[in-house]
Amino acid sequence: MNTLRFITAGNVDDGKSTLIGRLLYDSDSIHTDQLGVLQKQTKQEGVDIDLSLVTDGLRAEREQGITIDVAYKYFSTKKRKFIIADAPGHEQYTRNMITGASNSDLIIILVDARKGITEQTKRHASIGSLMGIKKAIIAINKIDLVNYSEEIFNQIRNYFEKLKSELNYNEIKYIPVSALVGDNIVTLSENTPWYYGKALLETLESIETDTTINLDSRFQVQWVIRPKDEENHDYRGYAGLVLSGSYKVGDVVTILPAKITTSIVKIERNLETIEIAKAGDNVVLHFENNIDISRGDSVYLSNQLPVESNQINSWISWLDTTQLQLGKTYLLQHRYKNVRVKVQSINQKWNINEWQFTDANEIKLNDIAQITLKANQPLFYDSFDKNPKSGNAILIDETTFNTVGALMFLNN
Amino acid sequence: MSNSNHYLEQLENEAIYILRETASQFEKPALLFSGGKDSIVLVHLALKAFRPGKFPFPLVHIDTGHNFPEAIEFRDYLANKIGEKLIVASVEDSIKKYNLKETAGRFPSRNALQTYALLDAIEENEFDACIGGARRDEEKARAKERIFSVRDDFGQWDPKLQRPELWDILNGKVQKGHNVRVFPISNWTELDVWNYIQKYDIELPNLYFAHDRECIVHQDKLVATSQFIQPLQGDKVVVERVRYRTVGDMTCTAAVPSNANSIQDIIDDIIQTRISERGQTRLDDQLSEAAMEDRKKQGYF
Repeated sequence: MNTLRFITAGNVDDGKSTLIGRLLYDSDSIHTDQLGVLQKQTKQEGVDIDLSLVTDGLRAEREQGITIDVAYKYFSTKKRKFIIADAPGHEQYTRNMITGASNSDLIIILVDARKGITEQTKRHASIGSLMGIKKAIIAINKIDLVNYSEEIFNQIRNYFEKLKSELNYNEIKYIPVSALVGDNIVTLSENTPWYYGKALLETLESIETDTTINLDSRFQVQWVIRPKDEENHDYRGYAGLVLSGSYKVGDVVTILPAKITTSIVKIERNLETIEIAKAGDNVVLHFENNIDISRGDSVYLSNQLPVESNQINSWISWLDTTQLQLGKTYLLQHRYKNVRVKVQSINQKWNINEWQFTDANEIKLNDIAQITLKANQPLFYDSFDKNPKSGNAILIDETTFNTVGALMFLNN
Repeated sequence: MSNSNHYLEQLENEAIYILRETASQFEKPALLFSGGKDSIVLVHLALKAFRPGKFPFPLVHIDTGHNFPEAIEFRDYLANKIGEKLIVASVEDSIKKYNLKETAGRFPSRNALQTYALLDAIEENEFDACIGGARRDEEKARAKERIFSVRDDFGQWDPKLQRPELWDILNGKVQKGHNVRVFPISNWTELDVWNYIQKYDIELPNLYFAHDRECIVHQDKLVATSQFIQPLQGDKVVVERVRYRTVGDMTCTAAVPSNANSIQDIIDDIIQTRISERGQTRLDDQLSEAAMEDRKKQGYF
């Protein structure tokens, strides 16, 4: 049993909140006291519980009738634990969707069967793809309102199939659903006998997510354990997360930027000695000889070295209300390594609604663009395409310390 | 991106990662420790993150003065057992110092007053990060909380101006005077916590297991009689077999009827219970629908 993190994208009107409410409700994840509150709040006549209220969050949001921020919801079945990032769909909240998407393995894109693929659908699909999500479910919702028409379902599917060459998903499923009535959500609906796939919940339970275990091995020192007490006088362990690939005892490694070659003599995990450390594990590495390295230094298998450059091409998603300033110094946080950078040039802007690149000389909130950065020291990284765990970073304003940009490195 | 690990390992890996990130990015972090199950799990995770080294932060308890004696006893026992420093900040002292008024009512909560002692402790000790055991599944204001939650000089949370958190990259840089609340078990549910306690056989105060206790029946909830809560005339007083599902103040935490003697019994209890943790046991969250949202804006966890 593992975890699937997914994001739902769609307008309020597309039934996004109802869909999440339905999944939580039908998987018995809503507690009775919370249901009581929902019943009290449900104003629609003839409706027992307005499921869309499940995702209704803060008073500040209720006052404006919108979701402002990403909310995380949890449910589990016997097969999997699920974490839903519920992010607003509206264009002015693109940055929240970017945040939610960055923490998701899968995206559910809701399409209103009556409206078909809209500009908004394309925007959501490209944000998911840009942020590295590889699995998508196109949930064609409100299928009950188009008389469970197979033809309409096929039209929407065929249209999206034409779009997908522009996107980086490696698996896309299409499911006709009605979140309101429950068709094909938990069980297959008799109303869509022409649909041969799985219901939504079963799809979520069974879809295999990509792992980073088969990629080149990547590890950055996060924390140095050196107790220096009598008992552990010689203990010198380098703690961190295996970002991708694996490391085993005996591996010959190169440590950058110091360019030290050494080998792994011991690996610990949760205070126990292990032979192999795999992607996702938090481990403590011990090296031969008493080498002195610190937080932010990276450990590579000597035949799997990364890109080294102080000039970096990158996608940027701008998240701040202040505009990006060319020539201004920002901090770039690449995992545990901070370097100072300047944006040298804005190469092109991705006009997300029209799916076109355009020239641009400014970048403001919610913009997505390709830029070139110059760093005050070489950075060791991979392109985001090749390795999403060592190909991403954030940009921080030096004075406010706000996170102003999400970076996804490109090939130089 | 997920991996093939069991979900409890995934949660554990994430929490250890966050603890080490906190230790690295801040000058003077602290781990808020209440003696309740969530903070006990945090201590267990910190042992895995930092041993054989010492914790890079002290344990800090904000003592409301209304705590269960069993929780206080366990707090001291655990701090002593692991040999880590414990700082106790007293709400009683803040009440005297600031001449604060207790919440009115039969079952007063010192939750709001707790914020004063917490902010004082932060200022006195110059803590720049406080690690807490809050979880997003507890309550809807918490569902929107960040892993690194930036607070201003007054400890205030502004839900509209939260920093975006991209991937698992955590930005702990703050301006002078600001500080950060850190939530390593954000993505755990109540059941996850219990499954984890079971997996590693983690010691807990005996309050969590079934015992006989004298309680007042108040609006279908069982509130233990104690030095703080005495029965009044007309009260229905019963002795029931109960356990605590959460451990808060004695004055505003309700017990639940239970025969659970083992962790497995508790897990079975929770799976069958169709009422939320806070809804069943906290008298103070029911005051208004946005009670937690308001407290957080004032500097609460």
